[in-house]
Amino acid sequence: MTALPLATEKKLGLVIDLDTCVGCQACATSCKEWNDGGYSAPLSDEAPYGPDPFGAWLNRVHSFEAGEGTDSRTVHFPRSCLHCETPACVTVCPTGASYKRGEDGIVLVNPDTCIGCKLCSWACPYGAREYDYTHGVMKKCTLCIDRIYNETLDPVDRQPACVRACPTGARHFGDLGDDESAVSKLVRQRGGYDLLPEMGYKPTNKYLPPRPRSVVRSTSRPVTETMPAPDGSAAERLFAWIDKVLSA
Amino acid sequence: MNPAYSVILFTTSSGAGYGLLFWLACVVLLGDASATGGLASAGLFMALALVTVGLLSSTLHLGRPERAWRAVTQWQTSWLSREGVLALATYVPAGLWFLMQWLWPSVWWPLPVVLAVLAAIGAMATVWCTGMIYQSLPTIRAWSEPIVTPIYVLLSLASGATLMALLQAVSGSPWRLMAVLAALLLMAAAGAKWLYWRRIDTAPRDWTVERATGLGRIGRVRPLEPPHTQPNFVMREMGYAVARKHAGALRWLALGAGFVIPALLFVLAATLPGGPPTLAAALATLGVAAGVLAERWLFFAEAQHVVTLYYGAERA
Repeated sequence: MTALPLATEKKLGLVIDLDTCVGCQACATSCKEWNDGGYSAPLSDEAPYGPDPFGAWLNRVHSFEAGEGTDSRTVHFPRSCLHCETPACVTVCPTGASYKRGEDGIVLVNPDTCIGCKLCSWACPYGAREYDYTHGVMKKCTLCIDRIYNETLDPVDRQPACVRACPTGARHFGDLGDDESAVSKLVRQRGGYDLLPEMGYKPTNKYLPPRPRSVVRSTSRPVTETMPAPDGSAAERLFAWIDKVLSA
Repeated sequence: MNPAYSVILFTTSSGAGYGLLFWLACVVLLGDASATGGLASAGLFMALALVTVGLLSSTLHLGRPERAWRAVTQWQTSWLSREGVLALATYVPAGLWFLMQWLWPSVWWPLPVVLAVLAAIGAMATVWCTGMIYQSLPTIRAWSEPIVTPIYVLLSLASGATLMALLQAVSGSPWRLMAVLAALLLMAAAGAKWLYWRRIDTAPRDWTVERATGLGRIGRVRPLEPPHTQPNFVMREMGYAVARKHAGALRWLALGAGFVIPALLFVLAATLPGGPPTLAAALATLGVAAGVLAERWLFFAEAQHVVTLYYGAERA
């Protein structure tokens, strides 16, 4: 059903820390690996090798440069589905294949009923949906629905593959509808923000801004080391003479 | 936006078919005897053929065309679904009307009139939904202009009137009124498109990469490294952009060959004594077909999606 739930019991989503992300692409590759065998498998690559590789991925990590001069910095920017509260990708879907779950707010595509019209990808401002040409249906982040509720996995693994893979702890998973959850507290502490809030899609996922740069300013002159000058001793002159003879 | 040829052909062909259906119904309502004879049968056949070719073409755009029937289920929220429902629903009165014209052309009142009215309403409602599919997307500034859907309806009416005038001219029926009407609609379409282009050229493009990333708090944002070495689906589908120079030339071609010259042909043929109506209408039809196809191609190629901000566009 493309009608949106009036409210969801939980608002499961990700909090992505742009301060600590190092742009290693581990989340993207881990996502690809898990989801190629997961809920909406296959996650096909039309052309995995060769000069023009092409395939469907659910998570993409951009790198931007922001600011000027000494205040400029590199910001790695992972981009995936934000599991919006009012996602137009769902309401435009003509078949009901796209839907938002009432229990946890996850936005999913049913790969068995999607007709591959691609209209949802036009409706998404975040580029979260990619079309799988081999499968003929639209693919998107499932928030690893087949991990987070999977009781055959160790409890520590019951979180999205991207979160589990992140080596710097830049990705956090939890219930953003619960004010007391760890992710909600993190968002409050760090001033987490929505992407393009003016679009009105009410993203669930939040981004934590890079922390203000701590600038250490020193007033003393930098210390430079100097090489010892020749001292003009007899031994030094002897070795200079030997060097000259041997070099001739 | 990538101009998908299946969608361009669909909206052009179906739009003309629904427009023709509308004018056929108007002619019936006016009590024109020509609408009850062979002209009506031929016109209905042509309209339904154009609509059907368009709808079949639109399924080529689908990854899973065999599941297309599912698209009629979500009419509560989806304009695409509404379009599908109305397109199928319009077949019922239009198809019955066609069968009656074909099998029992002498039956006149009131069944064909009722069917014609229902078909005309269905035709225009379907075209309205087509426009709303695009207009309802806030992600594409050029499409969310409120004039988009009226232009879809106007172009459908104008191309349908062109075909109606052609049919009347070919069959030797009175055609002058429809030719003048087609000329007026074509000029109105040209004016609306001119307004639309002026609007999208001057609209503030205030979606920026700073806003898209939320990094404007640090300062100016520019791309450093893309997430992949080759264009992905998002870039192929949403990143297509036509060079401004070519867009300008195509706009003039669409306005001139597509709307203004056909309108002049209709006016000249209708007012000059002894003007060759069939030749004028045929030339006008060719011009309108080329013009609407060019207009539709530009509608896609000139539209910029906000997601391009993540891929190097500074503004959208």
